[in-house]
Amino acid sequence: MAKVLMKGNEVIAEAAVHAGCKYLFSYPITPQSELVAYMAKRLPEVGGLFLQAESEVAAINMVYGAASAGVRVMTSSSSPGISLKQEGISYLVGSELPAVIVNVMRGGPGLGSIQPAQGDYFQATKGGGHGDYNIPVYAPATLQEIVDLMAEAFDVADRYRTPVYILGDGMLGQMMEPVEFKEAVDYEPTPKEWATTGTRGDGAPKVVNSLRLDPADLEEHNNHLQAKYRQIMENEVKYEEYLTEDAEYIIVAYGTVARIAKNAIKTARSNGYKVGMIRPITLWPFPQKPFTATRDQVKAYLTVEMSAGQMVEDVRLAVNGRKPVEFYGRTGGMVPTQEAIYKKIVEIAGGDQ
Amino acid sequence: MEKRVIFNTDLCKGCGLCVSVCPTDIIFLADNLNAKGYRPATVVEQEKCISCAACGRMCPDYVITIYRPEKKKKSAS
Amino acid sequence: MELVFAKTKGLSDKASHYCPGCTHGIIHRLVAEVLEEMDVLEDTVGVASVGCSVLSYEYINCDMTQAAHGRAPAVATGLKRVLPENRLVFTYQGDGDLASIGMGEIVHAAARGENITVIFVNNAIYGMTGGQMAPTSLIGQKTATSPFGRDQQIQGSPIRVSEMLATLDGAAYIERVSTHDVANVTKAKRAIRKAFETQKNRQGFSMVELLSTCSTNWGLDPVESLGWVKENMLPVYPLGVYKDSTGGK
Repeated sequence: MAKVLMKGNEVIAEAAVHAGCKYLFSYPITPQSELVAYMAKRLPEVGGLFLQAESEVAAINMVYGAASAGVRVMTSSSSPGISLKQEGISYLVGSELPAVIVNVMRGGPGLGSIQPAQGDYFQATKGGGHGDYNIPVYAPATLQEIVDLMAEAFDVADRYRTPVYILGDGMLGQMMEPVEFKEAVDYEPTPKEWATTGTRGDGAPKVVNSLRLDPADLEEHNNHLQAKYRQIMENEVKYEEYLTEDAEYIIVAYGTVARIAKNAIKTARSNGYKVGMIRPITLWPFPQKPFTATRDQVKAYLTVEMSAGQMVEDVRLAVNGRKPVEFYGRTGGMVPTQEAIYKKIVEIAGGDQ
Repeated sequence: MEKRVIFNTDLCKGCGLCVSVCPTDIIFLADNLNAKGYRPATVVEQEKCISCAACGRMCPDYVITIYRPEKKKKSAS
Repeated sequence: MELVFAKTKGLSDKASHYCPGCTHGIIHRLVAEVLEEMDVLEDTVGVASVGCSVLSYEYINCDMTQAAHGRAPAVATGLKRVLPENRLVFTYQGDGDLASIGMGEIVHAAARGENITVIFVNNAIYGMTGGQMAPTSLIGQKTATSPFGRDQQIQGSPIRVSEMLATLDGAAYIERVSTHDVANVTKAKRAIRKAFETQKNRQGFSMVELLSTCSTNWGLDPVESLGWVKENMLPVYPLGVYKDSTGGK
């Protein structure tokens, strides 16, 4: 297929359509409102539906209902709206319902700003809602990567019966890049015998539910969920390594920040610094392997985020105290510049060589 | 005689709603306790039952099944 | 002997956990009977809510999805909008679930004219959590959180949900009925049937509000509770059809 120039929010939408998602329940919120406007026009074209819910709370519950009926379904929002969805997400997890949740992150906390941020890492990877659980989190860095990851996100959701996050930021949502969509493949729907679609010809009534009042029963369910997460951690980790083979300093960054960091690395390399990058693509499960492979070789890691320091904690866990893990971040919707990142590299490396 | 109203006494919670709505006042709570510890609703005077099913319609626990004696066919005269 | 009345196939064999005399048992049965008589049990998906009836999915014999507190109308929307057209979707909610935390969801489902049926069990109190005040509790009614009686100055006045939703164009059929005696239980069943027919005929949003008892938290015995509905709730919540745009089918 030919390449087409599109806006990030619309790419997210079209990628979902290509993955066989016909239903979106969302509420407008900056900076993802273009996504819902696009879907309002696009979904009827594929025999689907976009319904504007009265709130993000209602939207996630509509997703819950549609997921219970066994269809591929999505909701999209930005940070404050994702906070509203946490109860519904916990219910999706407990009831083992598949769905894709898109968070186009903005500055926080509270009403915050409408500029890009990465301040929802904890919320996405450390639970967010109540109870013991994890959700696969995909963090695309380019619009093409959104296209490439989206089908996998829906597939993982269906296969493991779990909600899945796509974590972007305001820059990703607003930028325009050429993307290439593969032919929309008629995906083979995973059979969902558990879906509540009516019992006609089907046997006994099915119940989709997260309530288990007997504690032994609920513990068994939790064990089952944890076993699922171990499987996901084994099979679904994704990351990219850039110039790490001989690196003495490794930057760790995800999403659009990784692209900015790449430019800083190019500058550093041309000035004789041996710098590389580990870019997690799944934030959960967090990639342990590349850190195990590099922590004896490097002198230090530098984590760069648009936050006060959230992913850096996972980096420290993965490095396990072997080497220093430094941090550089901006908050409030401010975007780190490649010059500032380069300066930080120089500082860590102990001044100009 | 064949019973007109049958109580599945193990399900009964002795709430008394059926007692209160029976138009012939034949339902009462027995003296014994059922498996759950309630005094179950019961009928002795079956012949006074008019099969109106008021009791069944008010029962929240689906305890009661009601029958009506089949009408004797009119013989051609 | 001719069988006059027996338990419907719309109910499972599970003995319920409800208190003795709780009208939930009667209302579950009415819904189950209607669905069986319309021969739609196998095409129906119910949405269970949170309250005493949280376990309704164990008693009603159709596919059911458990919703978070108050969210049943939104869950029902998601189900109804994606399922094949002939599937019926209903919610079963108490007064806390529907009129307190779920007020936004019910208003908007009705406003959108969602083709679902809502069974609203109004007993003017929170049962499951131990008898707290509900948005539908009466002025002067003593509850766990209005121990001196509901005071209009402090706690406001009860909400008449049927009247309120009837103002919405999307609502096609709204009726308030009661369960306090056999005649009213019979009328209630007819209303529930009408509501599901409204959905089947794709005429829009339907709701039946059923005045109900909570003898445990009202502190009355089950028969006295029926009387309390008649004496105290009927004047505040008049029975009747509040909306019918179905063309009187």
